Amino acid sequence: MTALTMVRQFGEVLLAIAIAPLFTGWIAQCRAWLQSRAAPPLTQPYRMLRKLFQKDVALATHASALFRMTPYILFGAMVLVAAIIPSIATDLPFARVADAIALIGLFATARVFLSLAAMDIGTAFGSMGARRDMMIGFLAEPALLMVLFNAFLLSGSTALPSVVEASTAHSFLMDPSLLFAAVAFLMVLLAENARIPIDNPATHLELTMIHEAMALEYSARHLALVEWASDLKLFNYACIGFALFLPWGIATHGADGGLALGLAVAVLLAKLTVAGAALALIESLSAKLRIFRAPEYLAMAFLLAVLGLLVHLLLGA
Amino acid sequence: MATNFMELQSASLPANVPCKLARVDRQQWLQTAEALRQSNARILALWGADDRDRDGSFHIYAAYLLPDSVLVVEHCMEDASTPSYPSLAVFFPAASRMQRAVFDLLGIATDESDTRGWLRHGGWSETLFPLRRDVDGKHQYPVASAPYPFVSVEGDGVHEIAVGPVHAGTIEPGHFRFSVVGEKVLRLEERLGYTHKGIAKLFENASQQNGHRLAARISGDSAVAFSWAYCAALEAITETVCPARAILLRALALEHERLANHLGDLGALGNDAGFAFGLTHFSRLKEDLLRANAAAFGARYLLDYLIPGGVTVDLTADARCRLLNLYDALEPSVTQMRSIYDEHAGLQDRFREAGRLERATAEELGAIGLVARASGVACDLRVDHPWPPYDTLAPKMILQSGGDVAARVQARFDEIFESLRICRALLAGPPMAEIQTPVPIAAANLLGIGLIEGWRGPVMIALKTGSGGGIRSCHAHDPSWQNWPLLEYAILGNIVPDFPLINKSFNLSYSGQDG
Repeated sequence: MTALTMVRQFGEVLLAIAIAPLFTGWIAQCRAWLQSRAAPPLTQPYRMLRKLFQKDVALATHASALFRMTPYILFGAMVLVAAIIPSIATDLPFARVADAIALIGLFATARVFLSLAAMDIGTAFGSMGARRDMMIGFLAEPALLMVLFNAFLLSGSTALPSVVEASTAHSFLMDPSLLFAAVAFLMVLLAENARIPIDNPATHLELTMIHEAMALEYSARHLALVEWASDLKLFNYACIGFALFLPWGIATHGADGGLALGLAVAVLLAKLTVAGAALALIESLSAKLRIFRAPEYLAMAFLLAVLGLLVHLLLGA
Repeated sequence: MATNFMELQSASLPANVPCKLARVDRQQWLQTAEALRQSNARILALWGADDRDRDGSFHIYAAYLLPDSVLVVEHCMEDASTPSYPSLAVFFPAASRMQRAVFDLLGIATDESDTRGWLRHGGWSETLFPLRRDVDGKHQYPVASAPYPFVSVEGDGVHEIAVGPVHAGTIEPGHFRFSVVGEKVLRLEERLGYTHKGIAKLFENASQQNGHRLAARISGDSAVAFSWAYCAALEAITETVCPARAILLRALALEHERLANHLGDLGALGNDAGFAFGLTHFSRLKEDLLRANAAAFGARYLLDYLIPGGVTVDLTADARCRLLNLYDALEPSVTQMRSIYDEHAGLQDRFREAGRLERATAEELGAIGLVARASGVACDLRVDHPWPPYDTLAPKMILQSGGDVAARVQARFDEIFESLRICRALLAGPPMAEIQTPVPIAAANLLGIGLIEGWRGPVMIALKTGSGGGIRSCHAHDPSWQNWPLLEYAILGNIVPDFPLINKSFNLSYSGQDG
């Protein structure tokens, strides 16, 4: 392992941590424009984080250590996920030890801890949010796995860097099975990141909340970490999407000098800009689904992913 | 046994609609109610009065809406130490909460088994009744919070979700106790009264000429309806005839209030279904209207535009022109928004079948106003009890049969277009003319009723004059009293996350019902 590899690895993680709130801010800005509102500045998420870090924590009297630990675990899990996704380069030492299955495990770990922390306080909203999030989670996970299997089948590996390298080396990007998988992935992304049509990140109606309900009892630096972790989660999901379906521009093994890395960062920013605008458009055009439509929605995602697999196995082979 | 209420000895009562007063004894109190129930009358309001300084007794009043008139029934309770009267809740379920409120304020009891406080939240002691004449209403009491036993639901997997009175958004306070299995609501119980301001007591210190200002502040979104009801009651007592121009302008203000609230609600309904586009666009339309209000009437929400004897300002030629332009811009915009709402599959999926209030339930429980009309119950004072100038405007009754959120949305759209038609007709009236007439000071102890169809439904003021231009008592009634209990029925069988949407489709007043 060379020093350069480590620089790449840590550089990538730090970049993810730094620009994840920017991505969220960009989506919020696009949403505001699409709804004909004056948009908040791009830096709004950072200001929010700064404000929250400056505040004193208000903690429920019977909050256990679990409740206090969870924000750090969440943030840590999302940083780890960022470390194993090839967002700018594929030569990542961390990605070699943890494949995409471990990645799903990390997401699940974060979900379990946040749900437990939400129930720890014992308010009705926390348990309600946790319950709903678990429902969404256990339906979204298989769909996400199926999407990943599509890519694994094509590249013959369960490690994301290998998937990227394989897909840039051979041009199987036009494989029809990936088209199904891409749609399924987009649906899972929206559901897993508490976006419309499954959840509404902007709502103030506590009875309709899913993710927000779990974070209701958090304040100050804890809330900041929870928010930052959600920003990172969305960023990570976007990067997984790029790695699977739009891998162009990612610096591959052997061709990852300074110039290639710089180009990779520029390409990543460009992709995020387009993806953010597209997400905002989808969110602005749709209304929130009645919560019991969520299983239908996620079953549809699962089905599309399976269709992708079938297309590959029956036609592509 | 029900007696025919038509045979009751009744006297005509000053009001802006045909109104009669009947004095009954304890037995007739119930018999009248039963007869009225059978003839499909609706209860409008129930209130009490402490008249021990005059005739040594407490009085209880019930106002009923008959097909052609209003009947106020008054019962005098001889026993001033433990006053009580038979509960009307058997015939009119809507009376139940009003009766509990009357007990909290005056200590007049019913034979109901539910003796929990309604307005009293430990803000004053259990033995103190603030609306009695021997209480000055200036004293502060230490808050003593007492448990409030909610009706509990037993069963496997049943649990409770308590929401409010402090909510995550900036909205009025109210507590909602859900009994749920999973996400399905088995029962909802409301607890209101958090914004009780003692307005009835404040009225006792107001003058007749100034009472309209207090009335306008009972529920800010119904400022015109309440102040008109107050002015109508006072003008009926003093037999003042308002100038024709002032009456037209009052109706114009009332329709603007309806428009502003409907526009705001439609946006909020979209937003609560996750469709923020609707909120921004309806907010813009509402803001255009409010700015036109400020320019034309001198107040965005038309606060204090109505005064006894008329209105404060007439429309200038410019203002009239601006309003006409506004209507011309508003109509196509709302039409366009309506087609967006109607054709949005996701939105319609949320609206349809959510919070259905069946017509039979609405009639049984005495639904009133917009909510009743969306369930197919025909009741609109502007149509069936028209007061000037509505007797010449021929307003159309907006009816929807669905009874769900979608029906309440459609009713709002329809009412916007009908209001715009009325507004245009009102602006076609004669220009600058007399808009005020002096209102003489009324003699003491005269009761007058003002009844106005606000945007939510009928708003009623029962004004009793005091000596020297003062007010002896004034009861203000918001239609939310009747419709809040309906929400508990509309939510049954729905899921918890749909409650905010259903609640918004009712959009009832907390402040108006808390008083």
